[in-house]
Amino acid sequence: MSVPGSWYLILAAVLFSIGVVGILTRRNVLVMFMCVELMLNAVNLTFVTFSRMLNDVAGQVAVFFVLVVAAAEVVVGLGLIVAIFRRKANVTADDLDILKG
Amino acid sequence: MMLATITTPDLIVFVVSGAAALVGALGVITLRNPVHAALMLVMTLFSIAVLFVEEQAQFLAAVQVMVYAGAIVVLFLFVIMLLGVDHSDSGARDAIRWQRPVAFVSAVLILLEVSVLARTRWATGAHSTTAKLTGSGAHVSELARSVFTTYLAPFEATSALLIIAVVGAVVLSRTSRNRSPVRETERPESVGGSGAEEATLGSTPEVRS
Amino acid sequence: MSGLVQVINSAPALMASVAIHFPSVQYGDLVPELALLVGALVAMVSSALARTKDISFPYTGIGIVTVVLAGVWSYHLSTIVASSGPKAIVAGAMAVDGFSTFLMVLIAVSLLLVILLAEAFIYEVGSRGPDFVALLLLSGSGAMFMASAEDLLVLFVGLEILSIALYVLVAYCAQVTLSREAAFKYFILGGFSSAILLYGIALTYGATGTTNIGQIALFLSQNTLTSNGVLLGGMALIIVGLGFKIAAVPFQLWTPDVYQGAPTTVTGYMASVAKAGGFAGLLRVLYVSFQTVRIDWRPVILVMCVLTLFTGSILALVQRDVKRLLAYSSINHAGFILIGLYVATQSSLGDSLYYVFAYSIMAIGSFGCVSIIGHLKGSTEGPLDIDSLRGLAREHPRLAVVFAILLVAQSGAPFTIGFLAKFSVVSAAALGQHYELAVLAMLSAVIAVYFYLRVVFAMYRPPLTADTEGESGLTLTDDSGDVMIEEDGALDQGDLLTVTRSRTIPVAASLSVGLALAMTIGFGIVANPLISFASSAIPLH
Repeated sequence: MSVPGSWYLILAAVLFSIGVVGILTRRNVLVMFMCVELMLNAVNLTFVTFSRMLNDVAGQVAVFFVLVVAAAEVVVGLGLIVAIFRRKANVTADDLDILKG
Repeated sequence: MMLATITTPDLIVFVVSGAAALVGALGVITLRNPVHAALMLVMTLFSIAVLFVEEQAQFLAAVQVMVYAGAIVVLFLFVIMLLGVDHSDSGARDAIRWQRPVAFVSAVLILLEVSVLARTRWATGAHSTTAKLTGSGAHVSELARSVFTTYLAPFEATSALLIIAVVGAVVLSRTSRNRSPVRETERPESVGGSGAEEATLGSTPEVRS
Repeated sequence: MSGLVQVINSAPALMASVAIHFPSVQYGDLVPELALLVGALVAMVSSALARTKDISFPYTGIGIVTVVLAGVWSYHLSTIVASSGPKAIVAGAMAVDGFSTFLMVLIAVSLLLVILLAEAFIYEVGSRGPDFVALLLLSGSGAMFMASAEDLLVLFVGLEILSIALYVLVAYCAQVTLSREAAFKYFILGGFSSAILLYGIALTYGATGTTNIGQIALFLSQNTLTSNGVLLGGMALIIVGLGFKIAAVPFQLWTPDVYQGAPTTVTGYMASVAKAGGFAGLLRVLYVSFQTVRIDWRPVILVMCVLTLFTGSILALVQRDVKRLLAYSSINHAGFILIGLYVATQSSLGDSLYYVFAYSIMAIGSFGCVSIIGHLKGSTEGPLDIDSLRGLAREHPRLAVVFAILLVAQSGAPFTIGFLAKFSVVSAAALGQHYELAVLAMLSAVIAVYFYLRVVFAMYRPPLTADTEGESGLTLTDDSGDVMIEEDGALDQGDLLTVTRSRTIPVAASLSVGLALAMTIGFGIVANPLISFASSAIPLH
């Protein structure tokens, strides 16, 4: 018997939480963006695990869409970051303090 | 008791790649150098691909490696190189102090919500509503069938996403290049654009008279 | 090697076993979405063939034609729905029902107003060409996908189409520093909230075994889950994810910054179409999918609703920038829209949608006025302080009257669409015997009247004299630490009148604001058509 699905799901939940903590604590925009990818991957793992547990293909199809969305988001997001920070020396969100809370 | 029923190779694969995924994820959020963070991200993504194989999703594992490690992380590294590696971010230098507690509280909330509430029963849903995952070889064909039948609508909609990605990349790269020409070609009476320009116009006597 | 041969040999057998039966697609049902996608492509292709690159009006024309087609066709679909009933299309992944057609008409109308505003202002700052209109249409098609989503994955993909295009639009005028920062903030929070929404979808899938909105409802009505932790977690994460999109408290922190920093036209779009998309998802998922577990989500919505009502109206009181003020007012309006969801009856859902329609029109009109005023003051798409409105009534009496009407309408003045919208959600709360909520909503509306009137009074007060103006310029700088405002102050000191005279209101902008005003008053006086249209906005199932 293979490892029970709940183990995978707990692992995915931990990865997701790590991503959330990363976004809220890190200031480097690239790392913040990587944390978003981390969260999406945790979701992928969840989908695949449920897919196996329910013996249903829909979860795997969902991962497929997440991959497409992630790719499009990365293209636009990195384009945005380059456009914003091209003329700046460092890439931290602290530089962006013109608008305050 | 539960451990006894799990075959050793499965257990080893899960523990090793699960640990690698966790270490990678922690590396992403703690390492100061973004290049190291990106490499740690690769480790996590690769471990997740291994877990996909372990869960009989071989095709997705291959796509995961190609799309994430092959395309997305490479893009990240390109951008890091383009903008220059920035060492000043330590993670301790928080501009907004409330963020850290909020971060941990929300992380704990998500963990509690997901793992405590579920107790023992996770997948409470109906089985095989879309299509069964039969045998190991037929996954891909079953996946393809679902994409072109049940999920035809979102599949076609993703084409719009790809167009947006192309147009968006073009627009973003062009606005950053065109910045100065736009300013120079401004007519004197149309005072649009940036604040700096308004300042110069504001102090010009001709406009004032 | 032999294994490879085996795979190749088995390939035909495999293919024979997987005869794919494509679902039948009635393209007539998909015209609104397809029209916007095709319109965007036509705009881009025609720009490649065009000889001069520095024009915008042909693309605006293409945009207007497309949007009008989409809107008229959506209305046509709604009449079909009224006569022959709602239906699910494309293998049950999308729906054509009163709910989706009403929202699609709303999206088309909002897009029309925004395209006209863009023609007047965006090209002043950003580059000319088809990109803006193309991205606007693509983004709008995402909102339409959300409106007609009958599957959580369609909802997610639609949301991403809407948001990813919007990230670019917010950054469109990247020369303005505020715009770049707003774009980044919006992007990271957008990605964050999408990931949360997606996790919610994944957990819901695990708990119910399907991603189809109707089938989830069916599953939950037929089964009682003994351990529903995963379901509740999924539902909570979906509410959080969409809560970011509709800017409900406590997920509203990004709103003022992004609304202020984005180009004003894009802000109008965010307040109308993007919000409509978010509400479409939230209302349909909660009302249809989670109908049987409403006892679990209604308290959450109630708390969000009350917090949103009061955070919006109270924080708006202390704002100095007009765009920030309107951002908080938009948060306040989101609270009113949530009332209809909390009451959760078929008619209260219609009231919520009516409110979304009314708010979208008034919001675009108001942001259009802000754009015009900024344009006349010489800083298109720049910040606009409330004190800089002083004397506007003397300089441009008609503009001041229009802006005043739109603001007063937002506060809920009679004979406007704003009054009917507020009245309908509050009476829905009263009808559902939620009297405390109705009272709280009215209290919040009263507070809101004050900050709308503050703007109106500012316009009708005499302009500041040269001395005080210099002072105000300085204090402004201290308030927000923004360089651009300081320079604005310098500009105000003498040349305001000169600059003002040299600029006129662009025709397209006055058309857009005029249309918004006409609908605000028109649907306020001849109320019945829109109200009955909204009351027919019933989701499938």
